[in-house]
Amino acid sequence: MESGVLVEWLKRAGDPVERGDVIAVVETQKGAIEIEVFQRGTVETLMAQPGDKVRVGATIAMIRSPGEAPSAAPVAAPVPAAAPRFVPPPVTPSIAPPAARPAPLPGAVRGSPAARRRAAELNLDLSTLRGSGPDGAITLADVERAARAAPVSARPPAAPAPAPAPRASAPPLAQTMRDVIGAAMARSKREIPHYYLSTTVDLEPALRWLEATNRERPVPERLLPGLLFLKAVALALRKFQDFSGFWADGKFQPSPAVHLGVAVALKQGGLIAPAIHDADQMSLSALMAAFRDLVRRARTGGLRSSELSDPTITVTSLGEQSVETVMPVIYPPQVAIVGFGMVVERPWVIDGAVVPRHLVTASLAADHRVTDGHQGARFLAAVAALLQEPDKL
Amino acid sequence: MSDADLRTAVLQALASVAPEMDEAELDPKTSFREQLDIDSMDFLNFVIALHDSLAVDIPEADYPRMTSLDGAIAYLAERLKAAA
Repeated sequence: MESGVLVEWLKRAGDPVERGDVIAVVETQKGAIEIEVFQRGTVETLMAQPGDKVRVGATIAMIRSPGEAPSAAPVAAPVPAAAPRFVPPPVTPSIAPPAARPAPLPGAVRGSPAARRRAAELNLDLSTLRGSGPDGAITLADVERAARAAPVSARPPAAPAPAPAPRASAPPLAQTMRDVIGAAMARSKREIPHYYLSTTVDLEPALRWLEATNRERPVPERLLPGLLFLKAVALALRKFQDFSGFWADGKFQPSPAVHLGVAVALKQGGLIAPAIHDADQMSLSALMAAFRDLVRRARTGGLRSSELSDPTITVTSLGEQSVETVMPVIYPPQVAIVGFGMVVERPWVIDGAVVPRHLVTASLAADHRVTDGHQGARFLAAVAALLQEPDKL
Repeated sequence: MSDADLRTAVLQALASVAPEMDEAELDPKTSFREQLDIDSMDFLNFVIALHDSLAVDIPEADYPRMTSLDGAIAYLAERLKAAA
C-alpha cells in the first residue's frame, strides 16, 4: 500500500491530543482507517485537506509536545503492515489493562469499506445516509438504496440515455485488497524461509469447559472456541518470545508486548488481520469483548492505524465449516503465524481404548531466520498443553 | 407474538450479521449458515441480537435448532410460549 485519501480531520489546529486519540480518517486499500496520534501535545498545523491523496509515511500534521516551542514533531500518514512502528519497551512491565477505546467521535460516520467506496463513486455524502448495519453503520446496500432513490425522479423516462461522462473510476475494493494481499504474500514467500509444523490437539477438555462456562453466562458474554485458541497462543508467547516481533533492518526485533493479529475474512472477499493489543494480559471475558469488537470493526469500518501496523504475530482460524488443516503464510514483517482448522470428531486412543473425541489441528509457520523446528515444536506443544487446562486460560 | 413478528425479528437479526443478504433468495428450510457464509462470530451476534430484541434466553445447546429460518422461528415460538 502506497497511499490513501484523507477523508476527514477529527481534530483542528489548537486542539489538545493524547496518545491514542484519533486525529483523522484515511480511506485506504484496506478500508477506512482511523489514524491515531502517538504522542501527547497540541495540534499545530494540519497539512492536508480532506480529499487529498496522502502517501504512506508523509507528514499530514504537526503536533507540538507540551512545553515545546512552536513547530515540531510531524505525524506520519498511516503505515499499516508496511513497517512496524516500534514503541520502546517500558522500563517496568505494564500490568494495567489497556485503556478503554475512546467513544466514537461525533461526526465520525461508520461505513463499510465497500460502502465508502461506492458512495465516493456516486458522489454521495455518507453522513446524509441512514445506516442499517451494526451500530448504524452504513452498508453497501444502504448506499445502493440511496443511489436508486435519488436519481429516479430526475431522469426523464423516455429520453435516450446520455453517454456517461468519462470518469476515472476507482478499481473495485475487492481487487485493490487482493493486490495488497498479493503483494504482502509474494514478499513473504520471496523473503521468508518458512518452516511448517502441525499437531493434533485433543479439544474435548476445552469444549467441555466452554459448554459449562457458557451455561452460566448470559448470551452477550458467551465465549467461542476460537477465543481459547487466541488466549492459548498469547500465553504461550510469554515464554516463547522468539515468535512475537518483527524482522526489520536485517535482524529480528522481539516485541515484549503480545499484539495478536486476528485474521478476519471479509464478506466482500479478502481478509484483514488487525491486532488485539496486549492480548496476553486480558481476562477471557475482556479478550472476548475485544475480539467481537475487532471483527465488527474489521467488517464495518473503523479499524485504527495501530491495529493494522503492529500485530506481532497472527492467528488464523478457519472456522467450523471448513477444512482440517491450514498451512498459513507469514505476514511480513512478522516472523510467525499460528493456524487452527475446523474442530472435528474423530476416533482417538485414550488409555488403550478407541473413543470418539473432538480434535483440532494446530499449525505453525515460522521464520527460519529466527527460529527452527525444535523451538517451533516446543512452542506449538505449549499451545496444545494450555488448551488441556482451559480453566487456567 | 405471531409467527410473522418472529419472522421479522429473525430476519432483522440475520441482516445485522449478513447485511448483503437477499431475503428473496434465502431458502427458509435449509441452514442459513452456508447460504450466507455465517461464521461462529456471526452466529453469536445473531443470537445476541435475538436475545436483545425478544428478551429471550437461548441456551447454547439449542443452537443447532436455530440454523435455518423456519427452524429458528419454530424454536423461538416454542421458547417464548414456555416462558409466558
